[in-house]
Amino acid sequence: MPEITKLIHKYLRHDKKFPHVWCPGCGIGIMLGALIRAIDRIGYDKNEIVLVSGIGCSGRLPVYVDFNTLHTTHGRALTFATGVKLAKPYLKVIVIMGDGDAVAIGGNHFIHAARRNIDLTAIILNNSVYGMTGGQYSPTTPYGMRSTTTVYSNIEQDFKISELAVTAGAVFVGRGTVYHAKLLDSLIEKALLKKGFSVVEVISHCHTQYGRQNRLGSAVEMMEWQRDYAVPVEKASMMKPEELRDKIVIGVLVDKELPLYQDEYEKIRERAKAATER
Amino acid sequence: MLLQGNEAVVEGALRAGCRFFAGYPITPATEISEILSVRLPQVDGTFIQMEDEIASLGAVIGASLVGVKAMTATSGPGFSLMQENLGFAVIAEVPCVIVNVMRGGPSTGLPTFPAQGDVMQARWGTHGDHPIIVLSASTVRECYDITTQAFNFSEKFRTPVIVLIDEVVAHMREKMVLDDQEGIEIFNRGKPTVPPEWYIPYEDTPRGVPAMANFGEGYRYHVTGLTHDIRGFPTSRPDEIGPFIARLHRKISQHFSEIQMGEFYQIEDAEITIVAYGCVARSAKRAVREAREKGIKVGLLKLITIWPFMRSAVEKVLQSSKILIVPEMNMGQVSREVKRVNRGMAKVFTLNKVDGTIITPAEILNRIMEVS
Repeated sequence: MPEITKLIHKYLRHDKKFPHVWCPGCGIGIMLGALIRAIDRIGYDKNEIVLVSGIGCSGRLPVYVDFNTLHTTHGRALTFATGVKLAKPYLKVIVIMGDGDAVAIGGNHFIHAARRNIDLTAIILNNSVYGMTGGQYSPTTPYGMRSTTTVYSNIEQDFKISELAVTAGAVFVGRGTVYHAKLLDSLIEKALLKKGFSVVEVISHCHTQYGRQNRLGSAVEMMEWQRDYAVPVEKASMMKPEELRDKIVIGVLVDKELPLYQDEYEKIRERAKAATER
Repeated sequence: MLLQGNEAVVEGALRAGCRFFAGYPITPATEISEILSVRLPQVDGTFIQMEDEIASLGAVIGASLVGVKAMTATSGPGFSLMQENLGFAVIAEVPCVIVNVMRGGPSTGLPTFPAQGDVMQARWGTHGDHPIIVLSASTVRECYDITTQAFNFSEKFRTPVIVLIDEVVAHMREKMVLDDQEGIEIFNRGKPTVPPEWYIPYEDTPRGVPAMANFGEGYRYHVTGLTHDIRGFPTSRPDEIGPFIARLHRKISQHFSEIQMGEFYQIEDAEITIVAYGCVARSAKRAVREAREKGIKVGLLKLITIWPFMRSAVEKVLQSSKILIVPEMNMGQVSREVKRVNRGMAKVFTLNKVDGTIITPAEILNRIMEVS
């Protein structure tokens, strides 16, 4: 067995009945691999990790891995994660979401989690479609594309998840693709090590739904599109806005410092206790 | 001490060991948030104001999963938003307490006026077949005791428990003694006694309540809102789904007698019995006394447990009285249950008021005179 496969097996749940729910060629597996490699490199204890997810294809991820795993309601993963982290701050809380999960039904929770700066890592798999329900358009489906609920054409503008996270105040925002697997490894590792609310947007493909309806070809062809249209953030800074219009900027978009919620709350506790002693 | 109902709820929660609160401002429940934002950090607890009520209950469930007793408080509009995660707490069997200070509805309704319109929502608001425990209070003292008891039930049966009070009781001030010693025994969830590799998180037990491991203590397992097998993994097998849903109901139904709390008042010789709860039970008690002064034999059954419905207590008064009156500040939510239990034993009359004002003793007395 190759080393990389052995590593994955170290973190899989062997008492869980496989096979998994994902389509052959799906990008979620690459994201899961990147997450496991990052966790292994940092050396977290399995017991200290709480992996939280919402609903959808990405929501099924935690069930396969051997951590404390919590599969919540649609869009609400960050709210459960907030409770977990504040109640037991020593736990490492990682939240997996999809695009519909994070910025449609969970959009409000997403911006407020970013604003609060609680120490959570949100990893968002963005495949531009609701895959599990059969290919309806999501907030990240680009203008003019087809889905089962935009059969004539999508007339809405799409959300840029990473830019939304930056604006909402996340202290670390990185974007990668499942094609650029090594970059993804390092983005997730950096996000996990960052104190505060960190976001990694993972551009992926849904060849089964989105790809088929828009005649974008196989999983391989869609990943080649990721290769051809991704621009590293360093290079993008030297490009004109019109040159970047259809491109995906990948890399670390923001890495800054803001007061951490838990640290601030600890100060509140001290003040509250001092008030009772007076 | 002179305490308000909402303040007594806070004291009851802290006595039970509540150390986490997440909420969203809403009249007439806001005092609970305000006071806990001061009190919880003093005892190393956590208070957080979330972006809405959906998030509030989500955070509460998260905190409870790692082993911290947690609560939220709201009113009708917020309670509507909580129905989604309430169902999660039911299926994933996560102890938590939700206080709903009822105000007039539907929708934004009457934010500052009392009502009792959420009785059926508390029972059936979240989708799917599910059991639920709902408790009510009619005095400040009861707010204190019932909130502690709500935590006890939630821990004992691994279920969300709803405390349903009304605006009158929440904002009323009464004299009471905070007696931690003489109070109710505090119950904590049963933890696994087996090593992690033997732990089966949703395994049936004689009580129907599985042992609950807290996240982060070495028992790694899966929690999901999907229907799951005894290991916690999603299942679509009828032979696993059926027994799971049956156990969810059985763990509550087989402990009916333990959960049922109420008060009989002068029912021994009563020809008419009033069945009431919340602030209406206060008016009813006075109406009973006034009726007796007039020589009419009236008694009162005060419900504290609303759900599961106190069938045996209601049957007792249906058999002993010729007439029952159910006054409620809604169009008849508990009276329907009383009629369902009745099956011809007695005559059941209603007294419904939905204009934002309380039902007065005089109104109940009038009804007594009408039907006697």
